[in-house]
Amino acid sequence: MRTREQVLKDLQTRFKDDIVDLLDKSPKRVYMEIKPEAIVRIGSYIFKDLEARFNIASGVDARSHIEILYHFSLEYINLLISLRVKLDREKPSIDSLANSFKAVNWVEREMSELLGIEFKGHPEMKRLLLPEEWPEGVYPLRADYEEWDKNAIRDRGV
Amino acid sequence: MAKSVIPIGPWHPLQEEPEFFTLTVDGETVEDIDVSVGYNHRGIEKLSEMKSFDQATFVIERICGICSTSHPFAYTMAVEDVIPVEVPDRAKYIRTIVAETERIHSHLLWLGLAGHFLGYNTIYHWVWKLREEILDVLEMLTGNRQNYAMFKPGGVRRDVNTDNVPLILKKIDGIIPTVNRLKKAILDDPVLHARLKGIGILTKEEAIDYSALGPTARASGVAKDVRKDAPYGAYDKVDWDMIVTENGDVWDKAVIRILETYESIKIVKTCIAELPGGEIDLNIKDIPPGEGIGAHEAPRGETFHYVRSDGTNRPARHKVRAPTFMNLPTYKATVIGETISDASIILAAIDPCYCCTERMAVRDMEGKRLFGGPDLVKLSQEKTAQLKREMGVQ
Repeated sequence: MRTREQVLKDLQTRFKDDIVDLLDKSPKRVYMEIKPEAIVRIGSYIFKDLEARFNIASGVDARSHIEILYHFSLEYINLLISLRVKLDREKPSIDSLANSFKAVNWVEREMSELLGIEFKGHPEMKRLLLPEEWPEGVYPLRADYEEWDKNAIRDRGV
Repeated sequence: MAKSVIPIGPWHPLQEEPEFFTLTVDGETVEDIDVSVGYNHRGIEKLSEMKSFDQATFVIERICGICSTSHPFAYTMAVEDVIPVEVPDRAKYIRTIVAETERIHSHLLWLGLAGHFLGYNTIYHWVWKLREEILDVLEMLTGNRQNYAMFKPGGVRRDVNTDNVPLILKKIDGIIPTVNRLKKAILDDPVLHARLKGIGILTKEEAIDYSALGPTARASGVAKDVRKDAPYGAYDKVDWDMIVTENGDVWDKAVIRILETYESIKIVKTCIAELPGGEIDLNIKDIPPGEGIGAHEAPRGETFHYVRSDGTNRPARHKVRAPTFMNLPTYKATVIGETISDASIILAAIDPCYCCTERMAVRDMEGKRLFGGPDLVKLSQEKTAQLKREMGVQ
């Protein structure tokens, strides 16, 4: 079985042009910032070749930019790798991982509607949590979100 | 026969993910399934950003009524990971005791409902009576049957009252003979074998591809359990086994939950016997800027929390992922090709919320109502009764 050092070294040599920053926070946590265009390469390598389990992705509106963290668990070395990508806040867009493995399907739909991130090539991009009546272009998890007219929901006759 | 669409759902106000299933059926066979969620989306992630780190624990606790320690457990670990700190041993043990006691009652609750769906109402009432004993234990430990408010970043809020320990141990020992009888009654029942084996199969490859969690994954031979893989609390200090089976059908998922109940009883008893002394709380005052991740193996699988702090007293971002979020999409793999009478138990097999299933209504394409929720449960129960007749079992 691979050790923690081997896995990290392997990732650093294999994707040395794509890795922007690597934060070795603690024995159990590693945060790796990568270029957004490399997400499918690195994400599916970690999931398939390193046999990781996909925990979840968390989108963050950091005000100056939009961040996505893809969390992967490597149980055999008790390590959690979080891939961090930083996207332009005006028009956040990244390639979808959902064609590589199914576990990411739902959370990309969720981030798309709550944070307004475009996932290019997602196989079934439709709303997951928000109702059909929710207006386009209003993203509730953005930091500058202001409540829109709630009466519109109240009066929709449900 | 023409294809019909069965809408199941959407409203269930009790658990964290109310679901709306659309089954497309051809005769008795399910041809396609679509799941939509969000009908009771409460915006807890956003709400949590408006609370202090301490207050957020209470909000998080109310995500789920059945496993109301899972989310605080993962959340407090995430906050502790931001700093990072290790909580005192006594707090770790108390957290483990509460979490495992809760697992016992959660698994029993599922077993009872599964029994009801299958027409074994004796099991249903039997198990739920047993579950009351466990809720009494939880009340003795925490002061409440649900929403215990035991967790806080840095430790636990209340100590275990040592006067109650003999009574707690007596209560837990008292349920073992009943669980034994229950296990025998279920595992030796030929009708249940015939009814549950080989339906709703989730293969190992699919379980990995969907990153399924908890008993749903372990029934498919994926030996993953956060308590073993990334030990926290007192899980690396007590002796217990991870239960894994290979077949991935509803039967295996039931077996896993029954056997895990025993492991939980074992963990609770050891933890209470070996409860170390010392502090129960670190009294954390400030959370520095940074980010942290907490993961706890809830009864349904891993609960995952990501917390980011910007140095103020509130989380800048708090991501909550409940296990059902990963387990629900596996329906695409398990329900298609099965019959409607099996669909209700397959949908229940991952242990999601139940009222959805009770709100089923079958309609033909013109929208005429054919079956309601009680009819579908009846359909499932009739299948069991028919099996019983064919097998000559009373």
